[in-house]
Amino acid sequence: MNAIAPAARLPRLEAKGQVAFRGVILSEWTKLRSVRSTKWSLAVGFLLTIAFPIIFAFATSSHWGTMSPQDRAGRHPLEIALAGVNVAQLAIAVLGVLLISAEYSTGSIRSTFTAVPRRLPVLWAKLIDYAVVSFVLTVPAVLISFFATQAILARHDILQISFTHPGVTRSVFGGALYVMLVGIFALGLGAIVRNTAGGIATFAGIFFVLPPLMNVLPLSWNNAISQYLPLEAGSQLFTLHHGAHTLTPLAGGLVLAAYCAAAIAIAAVLLVRRDV
Amino acid sequence: MIEARDLTKDYGKKRAVDGLSFTVKPGIVTGFLGPNGSGKSTTMRLILGLDAPTHGDVTVNGRHYRDHASPLHEVGALLEARSVHTGRSAYNHLLGLAQTHGIPKRRVSELIDLVGLHEVARKRSGQFSLGMGQRLGIAQALLGDPKTVMLDEPVNGLDPEGIHWMRNLLKGLAAEGRTVFVSSHLMSEMALTADHLIVIGRGKLIADTSVDDFVARASQKVVLVRSPELERLQSELAGPGVEFLAGGRGALEVHGLTTEQVGEAAAGAGIALHELTPQQASLEEAFMNLTRDELEFAAELEDVVA
Repeated sequence: MNAIAPAARLPRLEAKGQVAFRGVILSEWTKLRSVRSTKWSLAVGFLLTIAFPIIFAFATSSHWGTMSPQDRAGRHPLEIALAGVNVAQLAIAVLGVLLISAEYSTGSIRSTFTAVPRRLPVLWAKLIDYAVVSFVLTVPAVLISFFATQAILARHDILQISFTHPGVTRSVFGGALYVMLVGIFALGLGAIVRNTAGGIATFAGIFFVLPPLMNVLPLSWNNAISQYLPLEAGSQLFTLHHGAHTLTPLAGGLVLAAYCAAAIAIAAVLLVRRDV
Repeated sequence: MIEARDLTKDYGKKRAVDGLSFTVKPGIVTGFLGPNGSGKSTTMRLILGLDAPTHGDVTVNGRHYRDHASPLHEVGALLEARSVHTGRSAYNHLLGLAQTHGIPKRRVSELIDLVGLHEVARKRSGQFSLGMGQRLGIAQALLGDPKTVMLDEPVNGLDPEGIHWMRNLLKGLAAEGRTVFVSSHLMSEMALTADHLIVIGRGKLIADTSVDDFVARASQKVVLVRSPELERLQSELAGPGVEFLAGGRGALEVHGLTTEQVGEAAAGAGIALHELTPQQASLEEAFMNLTRDELEFAAELEDVVA
């Protein structure tokens, strides 16, 4: 380590600016890309989003001859192609929580809010940066998955589906949109709970524990309610066929977006009010 | 300039800061002194708007910190608690803060050089020693060339060379006309650095005074006197509240009287004095004397309540 500079005089800063939203976006981008674990998690999430469907496609292709008719009926080419969305949503959700909760656990939130004491621009900037990153990463991942799995399944005509087939393009990009919205929702939860374990547990509870619990309700209630849960509603964005008790892709996407808006709104109110 | 008016902060039932009013003026180093847990760090968080006061108000350079358009140019702060993401390098930590205000990258490098972190600037800050972390915090505080510098326990973890550097830096910043507000629980450190003192105990203001006045006021009345007729002098001086200690080699330590009182009593009795010296309490003693009352009072109160 260098010795401390002998001249204990602070050099002047000629040009003094103000807090600008553009700057806060840039700052949050620097913070996002400068933590090694974040970069690795995103890279691993990206690769698994592609690898998972490819493995799925290989397994389906090699066992096709010995599969029962029911088994075969359960394999849909688009579902194989988008199987990675399930992996991606978990990775993006965990990172979304961490993006804020780690600021609290390390104390860097105090530095952040000292630089931007109005606080809300920090939340908006994190949101924009993370939404862009998750969308920009997921779009190529699902596109690669789609064409790779189709190539692997080329021997089976019944498992071929055209990218221009009605609903397919929407489903592929819808998968990326879904992952982005999940990231936004998780970021909101992270800001509300301010704790990594708590945030991830809350996310898992809402997305993965609540839906099966609905089965204890009378069927008519279950049918009426379940379609509005965030996972079920949001999944319509990347689902080709829609049943009697599922929303349309547009309605489902809007319901998930509404959950995101609610989480972010609560986060915003708490962010301004709470001590850090 | 920092102005606090009746500043009060409760955490649940515990009152951490209790009706503090004070002004920190530019151009001098103001020490913020109090035992551990007396509310110094809380006061600093209130100044920065990180915590909201329960009552009262505090402004920096005429406004609430939150209302400044360029907060980093108004106040540079080093907080006691860690406030850096352990997975991020010092350079990227400072860069992220600089970018919010459009501060150029070369300023970040300049500050890293100033505090001597050049060689480790790209390493994860979680691997930093306490002293290195402290230097990073100082670089952060000075990044925006701020009008007001507020440092919580800045010499914690610094080596002697670093402490010396810090003292000069603080004096230099004050000489440039900045407001410099530095907390410490070590009176001796403040004595070497500060011009003015704000002393708190249990969240309450105990003293708001210049360092010189603080020592004078808090010093016990102790006088060292030497005389060939010590025994006669002792009987002349004896009275309620006056105590004597043998000072050795014909000297006597008189507790409870000023030099004037001792000198006049000796003159009245025709006793020759060979020495008459006021014994200044050390700063540490002065500090202890002041805060002891506060602590004892609080302890008694707790006994009564319990």
